[in-house]
Amino acid sequence: MAAPAQLGLQNAASPIMEELIAFHDHALMIIFLISSLVLYIISLMLTTKLTHTSTMNAQEIEMIWTILPAMILIMIALPSLRILYMTDEFNKPYLTLKAIGHQWYWSYEYSDYEDLAFDSYIMPTYFLEPGEFRLLEVDNRTTLPMEADIRVLISSQDVLHSWAVPSLGVKTDAIPGRLNQAMVASMRPGLYYGQCSEICGSNHSFMPIVLEFIYFQDFEVWASYLYI
Amino acid sequence: MAEEMKAKLKNYKTAPFDSRFPNQNQTRNCWQNYLDFHRCEKALSAKGDDVSVCQWYRRVYKSLCPISWVTDWDEQWADGTFPGRSELAAPPSPASSVLLPRW
Repeated sequence: MAAPAQLGLQNAASPIMEELIAFHDHALMIIFLISSLVLYIISLMLTTKLTHTSTMNAQEIEMIWTILPAMILIMIALPSLRILYMTDEFNKPYLTLKAIGHQWYWSYEYSDYEDLAFDSYIMPTYFLEPGEFRLLEVDNRTTLPMEADIRVLISSQDVLHSWAVPSLGVKTDAIPGRLNQAMVASMRPGLYYGQCSEICGSNHSFMPIVLEFIYFQDFEVWASYLYI
Repeated sequence: MAEEMKAKLKNYKTAPFDSRFPNQNQTRNCWQNYLDFHRCEKALSAKGDDVSVCQWYRRVYKSLCPISWVTDWDEQWADGTFPGRSELAAPPSPASSVLLPRW
């Protein structure tokens, strides 16, 4: 989850998110360098006493400031496309989770064996234990096994929602009548928080997502308790 | 073939990757498996064969389709108002498939 007043991305819990953070650092560094250079040149322009009123042509510099930006753009595009294709790689999911958006809660279904389903409502502030996070906790967390590829199918029962978990680099729209697939995999156990990311009515800010990644054996025990 | 299907069903973990539906939109994947299950049951029971091989389609659509969709479709099937019935009646001709929306 995000720390108070956090500006940057959250720590990665999946390999894809690690790639995204590295790419973001790369692109941001390019932006900072270009902006600093431009600001410096502007400051030079504004503080010089030199004048040159008879410029006729500037072939060399025109070449430089066309070719160089083109190369910079290629240096941004190549890693970006690499990550884009990486997110679409052929995958063999271990488990399928369905996340269905409602006004204003998420429901989760694990139907590979039995029809296991539950609703996940926000934990009202009044019921929070000390140390829990306001507007982020839920009554029933979505428990999943770590180090496994999980296919998440996202849909909605009513209006548009969006299922987002920043630590895992996932944000996928929940559209009524459509099943959108996202792949999720966590390298470590833990709690990962997200919030609904598409305006869906008065309680749009109050339908969070909490993924609880645990060890395989514990996951099987949890799943057996779910089936009544 | 029935033995292979039984082994596949025993080792079933979740719906595998289907190259007919490689993209993000898996709606048609769910719909197609639901249709294929009923088509398989209809065809095999008409021939008097063992329908348990159709269970593969059932496991896949159960994994993929939201429970509420399956409940609604099962009710429609029981009532005879299932909208996919025309697709089940005859195999789609090349001409009619041109008019189908691209999923």
